[in-house]
Amino acid sequence: MRTFYVTLKYIAVTLWSMFVIAPFLWALSTSFKDFNSVTSGATYIPWVDFEPTLEGWRVLLRSPAQGGVNIVEPYLNSIFVTCFASLISIALGTLAAYALSRFTFKAGFIRNDDITFFFISQRIMPPVVLAIPFFIMLGKLGLLDTLFGLVMVYVVLLMPIAVWIMVDFFNKVPIEIDETALIDGCNPYQAFYKVVLPNSIPGMVVAGLFCMIFGWTDFFFAFILTFTEVQLLPVAIVSLNSSITPWWSLSAAALVSVAPLIVVAFIVERYLSKGNLSGALK
Amino acid sequence: MSLRASHLTLNRENEFYLNDVSFEMLPGKIYTIIGRTLSGKTTLLKTIAGLITQDSGELLFNGGNFDVIPVWKRQVAMVYQQFINYPHLNVYENVAFPLKQRKILATEIDKRVKQALDQVGLIGFEKRKIQALSGGQQQRVALARSLVKEANILLLDEPLVNLDYKLREQLREEFKKIFSSKASENAILIYSTTDPVEAMQLGGEILVMDEGRILQQASAKEIYENPKTTKVAEITNDPAMNLFSGNIAEGKVLLNSTIQLNLPTHFLELPDGAYTFGLRASGITLNKSGFPFQVELAEISGSETFLHLGQEEIHVVGLLDAVKNFDIGETVSASFDIEKLFAFGSDGNLMSSPYCGLN
Repeated sequence: MRTFYVTLKYIAVTLWSMFVIAPFLWALSTSFKDFNSVTSGATYIPWVDFEPTLEGWRVLLRSPAQGGVNIVEPYLNSIFVTCFASLISIALGTLAAYALSRFTFKAGFIRNDDITFFFISQRIMPPVVLAIPFFIMLGKLGLLDTLFGLVMVYVVLLMPIAVWIMVDFFNKVPIEIDETALIDGCNPYQAFYKVVLPNSIPGMVVAGLFCMIFGWTDFFFAFILTFTEVQLLPVAIVSLNSSITPWWSLSAAALVSVAPLIVVAFIVERYLSKGNLSGALK
Repeated sequence: MSLRASHLTLNRENEFYLNDVSFEMLPGKIYTIIGRTLSGKTTLLKTIAGLITQDSGELLFNGGNFDVIPVWKRQVAMVYQQFINYPHLNVYENVAFPLKQRKILATEIDKRVKQALDQVGLIGFEKRKIQALSGGQQQRVALARSLVKEANILLLDEPLVNLDYKLREQLREEFKKIFSSKASENAILIYSTTDPVEAMQLGGEILVMDEGRILQQASAKEIYENPKTTKVAEITNDPAMNLFSGNIAEGKVLLNSTIQLNLPTHFLELPDGAYTFGLRASGITLNKSGFPFQVELAEISGSETFLHLGQEEIHVVGLLDAVKNFDIGETVSASFDIEKLFAFGSDGNLMSSPYCGLN
């Protein structure tokens, strides 16, 4: 009976894995196809079903003058903007979250929970609402179409996520740990960076992962707030599209763009499953 | 050196956490604060540590105002009932932390950390992660960290409450040993607990707290023999002292129509009238010539049996020095040891104790 259940479990897991991995495999095989192989019905296995070609991948590296779309620069731009915006968001978000978790704020009817909700509410409204104000603000500041302007906008979008996750995290850290640090001779700032911060790394890693995912995949603001100077990856990929949809290079670009997230997810997963970090504070 | 509190009061949302608390504490002594949960013990300890600021009243240390000194400069140490350590540091680093914070020489730190770990029996565990220790060991690390500082005031907030029975007994013995050596080193030791047995065993001075108020401060013996009020008698006995309202009339103690006791000699001077009588569980024995009671519950604890008995509106808990099974509802006869009766006035204050005149 036991083996039966185990087998059943494995079958279920296998089916689910196939369901999850299939789109990736499909994109991978498509990225090696040419126009004919894509349009002449479904084909799966290279060399058997169709003759593979590297054309789809070459387009990504060729300059626009040669009929390609250079995605190297947008790629680096995206990495820069995502990393910086995430780092700033986590740094500011962690500080804000610690204050919200440990101190009581009072301003009229506003309490800690209201301030936390104010942060999260930034994510509740549809992005369109923010688009025009952002456009006008960046325009006045001369920051349209610049990396710095994008980083600033993304901090606004990502910090609520960091605050939300970190408030929840700090609320689970017993306040007695802070108190013990104070009793042991730390002033409140030292208590934060010598004791609370080193124990908050798991929370910050998770918050960082979410920030990176949201920042990396954003298309809307990257599209609206840039023109020609600065381009981010999602916009570059979409600009591949022309009168004929180049499925092969789109697939290649999709795989390239998803790769960093997969790498980050694996690193984070390793980091968290060490146990001594995730279970450090009970 | 002395720690003096005068009229400490802390009121939050119309509830007293501290209510006019005054005391004076001297070094070289253990002060045990006993009280039920939410009686204000932790609040008092945190106020002494400086983590909570009282609404009114003041704390004086060595005659100087203690309130103006921030927590991190107060030279206090505290052990919590939860096992609080720094999870990112190993055992050695945990114990060394307060010393490093004071910028003490590395060689000196090493010496003192080793000594503290030796005191709590954790030599050989230096490199261990905190999470790899058992609850008892984690609490020992916390204790070592508070001992290593050689603080002026050592606060222990129910340090044994989250440990299992066996470990609690064992650690309590060790604590006593550590404290007696520690106390001679000029530290004020303040220990809070809900357990009367623990409070009595530690010896020293006992402060009985309830609803933020200190009801009585006296030696363990004094509190045992002369609990100032019915509340003190309840808090400092486990099981709580049995209390019944009744009368003294016609040279007898009348509890209800059936239970009428002879007047013990130490009650002779009390005028006739209404009283609350107190009798510890050990003063109730099963005896053929006693009064009939229904068994309401029989709890076996180790080698003893707590017997909950009822007769009309009178409910008592008796302590049997044997393990015995009873049926619920069974009728037994129990007698009261009149020589152990306490009498409290209608306001709850002690009027007569069986130990009066014995000292």
